[in-house]
Amino acid sequence: MKRVYVREEWCLGCHLCEYYCAFAGTNETDMARALKGCKINPNIRIEENDGVSFAVSCRHCLEPLCVKGCITGALTVSGGVVTIDGDRCVSCYTCILSCPYGAVSPSDGGAVQKCELCVKTAGGTPACVKGCPNGAIVFEERG
Amino acid sequence: MNRMRQYVIIGNSAAGIGAAEGIRRTDPRGSLTVITDEPHHTYSRPLISYLLSGKVTGDGMKYRPGSFYADHNIRLIHAAAMEIDAAGRQVLLSDGRRVPYDKLLLAAGSSAFVPPFEGLDTVRKSSAFIRLDDARRLEGMLDGNGRVLIAGAGLIGLKCAEGLCGRASRITVLDLAPQILSSILDGGGAARVQSRLESRGIEFRLAASIRRFEGDTAVLEDRETLDFDVLVLAVGVRPNTALLKGIAEIDRGIVINARSETSAPDIYAAGDCAQTTDASSGQSRVMALLPNAYMQGECAGINMAGGEAAFDRAIPMNAIGFFGLPVITAGHYTGEVYEKNTEGVYKRLFYSDNRLNGYILIGQVEKAGIYTSLIRERTPLDTIDFALVCEKPGLMAFTREVRQARLGGGAV
Repeated sequence: MKRVYVREEWCLGCHLCEYYCAFAGTNETDMARALKGCKINPNIRIEENDGVSFAVSCRHCLEPLCVKGCITGALTVSGGVVTIDGDRCVSCYTCILSCPYGAVSPSDGGAVQKCELCVKTAGGTPACVKGCPNGAIVFEERG
Repeated sequence: MNRMRQYVIIGNSAAGIGAAEGIRRTDPRGSLTVITDEPHHTYSRPLISYLLSGKVTGDGMKYRPGSFYADHNIRLIHAAAMEIDAAGRQVLLSDGRRVPYDKLLLAAGSSAFVPPFEGLDTVRKSSAFIRLDDARRLEGMLDGNGRVLIAGAGLIGLKCAEGLCGRASRITVLDLAPQILSSILDGGGAARVQSRLESRGIEFRLAASIRRFEGDTAVLEDRETLDFDVLVLAVGVRPNTALLKGIAEIDRGIVINARSETSAPDIYAAGDCAQTTDASSGQSRVMALLPNAYMQGECAGINMAGGEAAFDRAIPMNAIGFFGLPVITAGHYTGEVYEKNTEGVYKRLFYSDNRLNGYILIGQVEKAGIYTSLIRERTPLDTIDFALVCEKPGLMAFTREVRQARLGGGAV
């Protein structure tokens, strides 16, 4: 299955992936207008320190600890994509306790949020990949 | 062997469901029976407090979709398992039926421990708070109003208190210990959570013990009396091990290995009734929490069906919140301490011998799983930037090689 992979050496630390991610969920046509003045809460996050930067988002693990530990059944695997049903999530944060990547986070709306490879939003290619100006985030099959 | 294998699971909660899913991942054909003494579709036990508060209703309690048993070709039997006939390889049910097995899993959970309080039989309305029927019984007793006394300031007692908030005229939580949540928090962390609960009107009597009940009055050791309308018994739980007495090794729980096998051939155990090695301390203990239950069950299921699985990474860990204040803890609290104690953040990391032993996070819990994985994997702290990870949990603390393997490599 195709997954998002990061190429750390190509990451500029520009944070555009975070903006494209946040924009993908808005149903707006103009990113600047949609996000201007907003504090974004994206599902992909840049980590940076001392000249090094890279993006982190859900790995869609084959043995996902977040799904196995989910107390309600809100997290499931659907066609290989680890998916959250916001209506069933009670924000207990067991997934945040469990994820070794730190890739599940609290949301503004109550349920947790995570990358779903844009299957619910942009469709096809994840928005972070499409928007990365330096090819530091790719969407491909690596087995 | 041409005959279909017969799998039997006693228990219909996280460990039992994990096993059913593990079996079906490995053997789609064998006959699979789940036995439960509850008259319900599989539901999430931790959600019963959300049911009280109204945050979850009806179908929201279901741990798996309504079509789960049909989808997995499972025969669900609503009856109590009374006895395991290990020699005859069958389970005797309360309705007289006998269910034969080739591979058996006991995932029977735990029951409320009720101390032998003098006069408990004179209390008009009391309930435990473990099962869905306990929550419904409690709802019926409350009548929209009333004074509730909760004996036990652990996870169960406090989630019950939160769930009842606004549905009772007074909620008092009493515990022998001088602090709340003594199984997962230190004194400082407990004080923070307690003040959040108190801000919502929940009252506490700590370092207090009940001498006896006189009807709907609790007489405490110091002779103080507490009147109540409903009593919730949340003092503790006991693993349900009785079915394997004399059949498999039992300590506090049913002793299992990393394959979820008991000492008895072809009998497995998982979840709150089982005892296994705590990877954070090396000690054998019951770790009654849902993620471990699911993963022990899944591991048992795969092995029952002839696959190969090991779950040797169980650690104590809890994610719990009260009125929007998140609390995440894991491991055990010995060794040196890194701490941060500011208005919105309570953070303590415990480490020794080049390993992270445990942590407590209250308020700010983002990326807690980075710490959990350091404990679970027993990561040598000199292979990461420990000072950085203390300050800010993230993959940045790992070497570029480790990061590349995790973020750029194949699926894990």
